[in-house]
Amino acid sequence: MKLSEQSEELLESLYVARVEQGTDPDMSLLKDMRAIDELVASGCVDKGNRAELTRKGIEEGKMCVRRHRLAERLLVDVLNVGPETVHAEGCRFEHVLHSGIEDKICVLLGHPRTCPHGRSIPPGTCCERSENHIDSIVRPLSGMRAGDEGVVAYLHTHDADILRKIMGMNVLPGSRIRLDQRAPTFVFSMGHSQFAVDTAIAENIFVRMG
Amino acid sequence: MMTQDVAAERTRTEPPASVSRKRVVIVGNPNVGKSVLFNRLTGVYVTVSNYPGTTVEVSRGRMKAGDYDCDIVDTPGMYSMLPLTEEERVARHILLEQRPDVVLHVIDAKMLDRMLPLTLQLVEAGLPVVLVVNMMDEARRLGVKLDSQALEQALGVTVVPLVATTGEGVKQLRQAIATSNSGPPRGLRVPSGSIAWPLQAAESTLAATLSHDYPLAKPAVADLLLQGDAETIETVKNKEPRQAWQSIETLLSDCRNQTTEPPEYHLAVRRRKHVEALLDGAAETETKVRKSFGTWLSKVMMQPLTGIPILLVVLYVGLYKFVGEFGSGTAVDFLEGTVFEGYINPFMIRLVDGIVPWEPIRELLAGEYGVLTLGLRYAIAIILPIVTFFFLVFSIIEDSGYLPRLAMLIDRSFKKLGLSGRAVIPLVLGFGCDTMATMVTRTLPTIRERLISTLLLALAVPCSAQLGVILALVAGKPAVFGIWAAVVTAVFFAVGFLAARLLPGTPPVFYMEIPPLRMPRPVNVLVKTYTRLGWYLKEVIPLFLLASLLIWVGQVTGLFDLALRALSVPVGMIGLPSEAAEIFLFGFFRRDYGAAGLYDLNKEGLLTNAQLAVSCVALTLFLPCIAQFLINVKERGAKTGIAVSAFVLVFSFVVAWLLNGLLQATGVLS
Repeated sequence: MKLSEQSEELLESLYVARVEQGTDPDMSLLKDMRAIDELVASGCVDKGNRAELTRKGIEEGKMCVRRHRLAERLLVDVLNVGPETVHAEGCRFEHVLHSGIEDKICVLLGHPRTCPHGRSIPPGTCCERSENHIDSIVRPLSGMRAGDEGVVAYLHTHDADILRKIMGMNVLPGSRIRLDQRAPTFVFSMGHSQFAVDTAIAENIFVRMG
Repeated sequence: MMTQDVAAERTRTEPPASVSRKRVVIVGNPNVGKSVLFNRLTGVYVTVSNYPGTTVEVSRGRMKAGDYDCDIVDTPGMYSMLPLTEEERVARHILLEQRPDVVLHVIDAKMLDRMLPLTLQLVEAGLPVVLVVNMMDEARRLGVKLDSQALEQALGVTVVPLVATTGEGVKQLRQAIATSNSGPPRGLRVPSGSIAWPLQAAESTLAATLSHDYPLAKPAVADLLLQGDAETIETVKNKEPRQAWQSIETLLSDCRNQTTEPPEYHLAVRRRKHVEALLDGAAETETKVRKSFGTWLSKVMMQPLTGIPILLVVLYVGLYKFVGEFGSGTAVDFLEGTVFEGYINPFMIRLVDGIVPWEPIRELLAGEYGVLTLGLRYAIAIILPIVTFFFLVFSIIEDSGYLPRLAMLIDRSFKKLGLSGRAVIPLVLGFGCDTMATMVTRTLPTIRERLISTLLLALAVPCSAQLGVILALVAGKPAVFGIWAAVVTAVFFAVGFLAARLLPGTPPVFYMEIPPLRMPRPVNVLVKTYTRLGWYLKEVIPLFLLASLLIWVGQVTGLFDLALRALSVPVGMIGLPSEAAEIFLFGFFRRDYGAAGLYDLNKEGLLTNAQLAVSCVALTLFLPCIAQFLINVKERGAKTGIAVSAFVLVFSFVVAWLLNGLLQATGVLS
């Protein structure tokens, strides 16, 4: 099954509203009758005028959201696109990420857990298999090898307490960082400073290699 | 001790200084040479004391700058205006309360990009900053180039490059202190547009809403509010009218909801960009990495394969050889055997017998448990030398920068006990004095970690006095020593492991800066040892005397005999002679006091090897000394403090009973 771009956008909006926010979708979305008909025909949306997602629709919607947010992550972390344009570009970009390409990007980016706006990226099968980060461009500090260097791309910011600790060490996007040692704790240097951190902190610092 | 109220510190804050006096405060990250600079500026007239209500040490002194006499304070290390640790809270408190005429912000020239964000915060706060760029010699060697005039222009404050260790630039610094006016700096433009927009708007609205005067400039107060700093929120809430506070509160919660990353993240990113822009014209920071003996040694210390043997060597040489054999052996033998038993005690007994006609009072002063003959002798001759040597070793280890390396090495094992590597510092200090170490647990970030380390300190970490006496007791008996060490270590890990499973709460997170290894400076080591020793003596001597007094009261009234008879039951159950009951009774007054009693008992040859092992174990695990009991209650609250102590009391007897049974059944040591 291959949905049109419009239908994918609609499915994504429905998923965000119904599943993530737990609210009714904006009724203006439901004006595009062609897209709705396509979703109903593909079995993603119940017939009837409330546009409820079916079980299949929830699964498909989740993957749409995943593609969109992965696309944003790719644009920001690797291609250095500014935050102003990333959403619009992400919308166009996501529709080509089919047939396993999204999982390849996910591996490349080190299985990111949030988009640049801080919303969570639904995990794919590649994340569950936790395919290793060897060839990825952006890796969490915990996935780097001793001696690897790079520039901090972003911090995973959902735990405010851990974020404060990371910022307390002055580790911020743009900091140049080198992993010196992996065991028994992670030891990294920045300039002439050196820090030791445990996995809970190291897995929240994402580094663009090189 | 350090129970003085914080209010006392406030009243000490004098009104604004007259023309010929200035108040100077030194601030900066840890390990940038603040105390070296402080010593260089002040000379000898220095007092080191704990900041009221804390275990954080603060040095105060006097210095000359031109025609001015200055009072100067060296604060503990701080990373930012938003405090995460007790040290940072104290440093900020001093900055706010002292209303300094000059704030010397000391930074490491090798890490300009990392240190300047704090300079920006101090300048934004309207404090009279002089920026001291220290370690210029090391930075030059690494290829750092600094245009201090350009930096001065960009920051709007005086910049003094200097080398504190050699004194280069100190003259210029004195001049800068003399000529600086106490007003806020000449303003600093923060590049706009580099911050998420809801914050930008909130920042200016907040600053405009604040109607009262604060020790910091209003934009800085606004930033602290946005970052959710509890202390600032409390102050503003109390000072501003109700209505204003309500609108501030709504604004703050809106801000948190509107951006996905918390405001402190955006502010930090903005400061970083600002620093990059500053340095762009003013410094060249591309540096080469230097391989030195220090970096090699540091690496070797942090690799488990080499680091653990190094740790064992440090423990063996530092604790066993120096504190154990030399401190509790040679030094104690001399003070106790030669000085006290040879001269002081006979003199005291003759003196007291000559002056005092009543037998009970003679007993009180110079009898078997006399205040002078026993209390003073234990405190000065047995405990003092051991503790002195321990604090000396600990200060050397602390100043060399070894402790953070130990912490990272041990973090993974400590996680199993519900602790992070950070807890290694109070636990090692516990080998000096458990009471002091229990206070230091305050520096641990969560209540759960504080509770677990309090329990472990009370139970399975012998203080230096106990350790010294126990090492002396088992000298030449490796089997007894082995059994004692194995049992105490097993108890340490078993109890920690269980506590981590049973106590609610989240597991700790570990992060720590690893400072470069440094040769400890003898002056700093001596000052630290002296300060800690002063605290210990003030604490310990009255307690020893009190303990003697209480024992005397107990004896005269017959209560002591009653308690001894009661105690001899459990003591008999763990297979010890009834004389040992005295030791456990002493042990309640001070754990090390009990250990010293055991020493006497063993000297008289009353114990078999098995009994020696059992009593060493029981005494190590036994109820904390009365001082530690009080500190447990004070730090953890009455319920928890008493619960911990009761647990320790029962548990130590159970373990001793089991050990005795095991030794009897197997015939080991007999």
